[in-house]
Amino acid sequence: MSEPQDRIENKSRRSFVGAAAVAGASAGVAALAPGLKLIEVAGAAPRAPGEPASSAVRWGMLIDTTKCASGCDACVKACATENGINETVKDPRQGSQWIRKIDLKDPKTGQEYSLPMLCQHCEHPPCVDVCPTGASMKRADGIVLVDRHICIGCRYCMMACPYKARSLVHMPLTEQNPLVPRGQGCVEACTFCVQRVDRGQQPACVEACPEKAMLFGNLNDPNSEIAQRVAKEKTTQVRADLKLNLGVRYQGI
Amino acid sequence: MAIMKQTLAALAAVLLLAPVLASAGTPKPDLKIENPGSCIAPVPEMRRNHMEMLKHTRDRTLRQGIRGEKASLNGCINCHASKTTGSVLGQGGFCQECHTYAAVKLDCWDCHQPKAGNHEAVGVKP
Amino acid sequence: MQSALTQRLRIPNFYWLAAIGAIISAAGTLAAFYMEHHGHQVTGMNNQVFWGLPHVFAIFLIVGASGVLNVASIGTVFGKKVYKPRGPLSGLLAITMLAAGLFVIMLDLGRADRLIVAMTHVNWTSVFGWNMVLYPVFFGLVGLYVWLLLDRKMYAYSKAAGTAAFIWRLVMTTGTGSIFGFVVARQAYNSAIIAPMFIIMSFAWGLAMFLIFQAAMYKWEGSQLDEEIRQRLNKLLGTFVAAVAYFVVVYHLTNLYYAKQTAFETFILVSGGIYPQLFWGGFVVVGTILPLLFVFVPALRSMASSSVLASIFTILGGLAFLYVFIIGGQAYPLEMFPGMEVKSSFFDGVVDPYVPSLPEFLLSIGGFGLFFLLSLIVVQILPFMPQDDMAQLRASGALQD
Ligand code: SF4
Ligand code: SF4
Repeated sequence: MSEPQDRIENKSRRSFVGAAAVAGASAGVAALAPGLKLIEVAGAAPRAPGEPASSAVRWGMLIDTTKCASGCDACVKACATENGINETVKDPRQGSQWIRKIDLKDPKTGQEYSLPMLCQHCEHPPCVDVCPTGASMKRADGIVLVDRHICIGCRYCMMACPYKARSLVHMPLTEQNPLVPRGQGCVEACTFCVQRVDRGQQPACVEACPEKAMLFGNLNDPNSEIAQRVAKEKTTQVRADLKLNLGVRYQGI
Repeated sequence: MAIMKQTLAALAAVLLLAPVLASAGTPKPDLKIENPGSCIAPVPEMRRNHMEMLKHTRDRTLRQGIRGEKASLNGCINCHASKTTGSVLGQGGFCQECHTYAAVKLDCWDCHQPKAGNHEAVGVKP
Repeated sequence: MQSALTQRLRIPNFYWLAAIGAIISAAGTLAAFYMEHHGHQVTGMNNQVFWGLPHVFAIFLIVGASGVLNVASIGTVFGKKVYKPRGPLSGLLAITMLAAGLFVIMLDLGRADRLIVAMTHVNWTSVFGWNMVLYPVFFGLVGLYVWLLLDRKMYAYSKAAGTAAFIWRLVMTTGTGSIFGFVVARQAYNSAIIAPMFIIMSFAWGLAMFLIFQAAMYKWEGSQLDEEIRQRLNKLLGTFVAAVAYFVVVYHLTNLYYAKQTAFETFILVSGGIYPQLFWGGFVVVGTILPLLFVFVPALRSMASSSVLASIFTILGGLAFLYVFIIGGQAYPLEMFPGMEVKSSFFDGVVDPYVPSLPEFLLSIGGFGLFFLLSLIVVQILPFMPQDDMAQLRASGALQD
């Protein structure tokens, strides 16, 4: 949102030592699901009722493209189930895609890559800057959302987003998930499964990935796995030239 | 502001139009309360203020990330959805019945799910 | 001091003409309701080309609205006598064009029912947000200005209001141009030249709209615009059209040489199918060369219809330019991974085959219908017909300066 707050967020990424309950240490919650191994819920505990999202947290995601298999779309399917993206679209170009798989090929080396692309939850989101009503907004913990109560469907945010991460809902909807309201005429995008994150769970895509190629956590907590890996390993931001300081980082491209 | 104006307009509509309509023979809304006695506030207060309560909650929940508020749209639905249709809309639906009578447009259901229960988020877990 | 600048006009067949305008506007409105009811799935727009034909027309009208006012500004602000009697008409057309442009853009919103929200929640970091303020103030200023021009007692104040309106409209067009100029993400738009380019385009498109409507008024009145004045206005149009061409060249050269958008420029100018066709055939030939011929070649220039023809070509060229600029700019895939071949389930790396649908087309044309209808009604009721005092103009040498 405002400049001063951004600065605090940047600083706290380095100096913050688990102060708030929200930051909590690894909860280590394990869940058994058919076909899935133990899933560790790292760096997240449900936020207490009545407590707002805190800027001490910056949610982020690290995607290891070397593990991501071309042709696999488990994350995309999980997203659709969780977020109720189930409408039939006549023209697939008019359908909503909160997360999609992109296949890349380097024409020089012949090297191929596959990766999921989603809203990058920019620290300086162009979509928020351009939105005429303030419907596009960034929550204190870095999650970028659309306030559909005041979105007028002008699509200026889609124009501004460098990642084609946003979709306009092109038709009336009736089968929404009660926890994920979405509807005709408003723009929408990946929410990092805010409804799950707020109760201490991982985004659906992260949980669904059979290769565990996606890691979700608090970039501001130096003890979190994601922060440690981002500090130590080589990671990339897509279109880093725009200096948007993305919440989603990639490895292997 | 807009919402205030809309609310005022809605109230005015209720106050001014209701008697007229009633005398003109429009049947009064016939509400079936599925779970009597367990509302978050007394009936007169809910009648007057539910829209304000929901509006403040919606902004706090969405924009600040505050969860577990007293007033919640899903809370309303889960309690008030008709046992036969599962919804707060439709003929005799809790929300629609009154709003049709008062001629106040319902915007919520363009995005929110009006049915209770059966649309639980499942994620990837069974 | 002021002899009557304008007179009232009796339009023959007024009701027929009004009916035509009303039908076109109504068709646009109905199309918008249809889109609102079924959602944007009934349009050709999608999640890659999400600004379509309505935006082409709306932006043409909004940009042109500020340019139409130029005629008044030249008269009031710069004191050119030939333009003075045209000030009120120019102000009126500015208002009706802006209204028509906003009509199209508002009805195309995903949530057109939330107009009030758009006006009560303003995000000040958004160029679009500023425009929510720029437009209403423009209406106010120009309305005031027209009133001062028409009210003989108040005429003395018209210069101040005219200057304010003049400055405001430059800001407004800068705002409209910046809607694109500030979009860092896109190959087509991230350029500082866009705002000035839109200002100069507004001059050309606005004047073209003005000349057509003025010609119609002379026809309705059964009189003739003085040939000398007509040629002056023509020449002005020609100058603007040439200036637009210059800016467009600079825009593409900047893209090519400084921003290194070679792939995108090749797409727009050479290989992109409909877009290069519209650019070369529509903007360059019809929109630039033809108007210049009709304005500057003596044999063509002296034809009575040369102003109207040059204006129509200018307008068609403007629409073609905007189509290429707005839709071509989106149809070309976003470059997220430079140098990589990209494919996805969401059409990454693929040119979008956008084709407008009928409702979109009707809504777009509805804008022109509304402009015509509103302008027609006002000039029928109020005195907007320019009156040139030729004897005085000649005596004062105003035709030479
Ligand atoms: S990726 Fe796009 S939609 Fe997401 S925050 Fe950045 S600009 Fe906004
Ligand atoms: S479409 Fe909605 S969220 Fe996007 S810029 Fe417009 S009002 Fe804001």
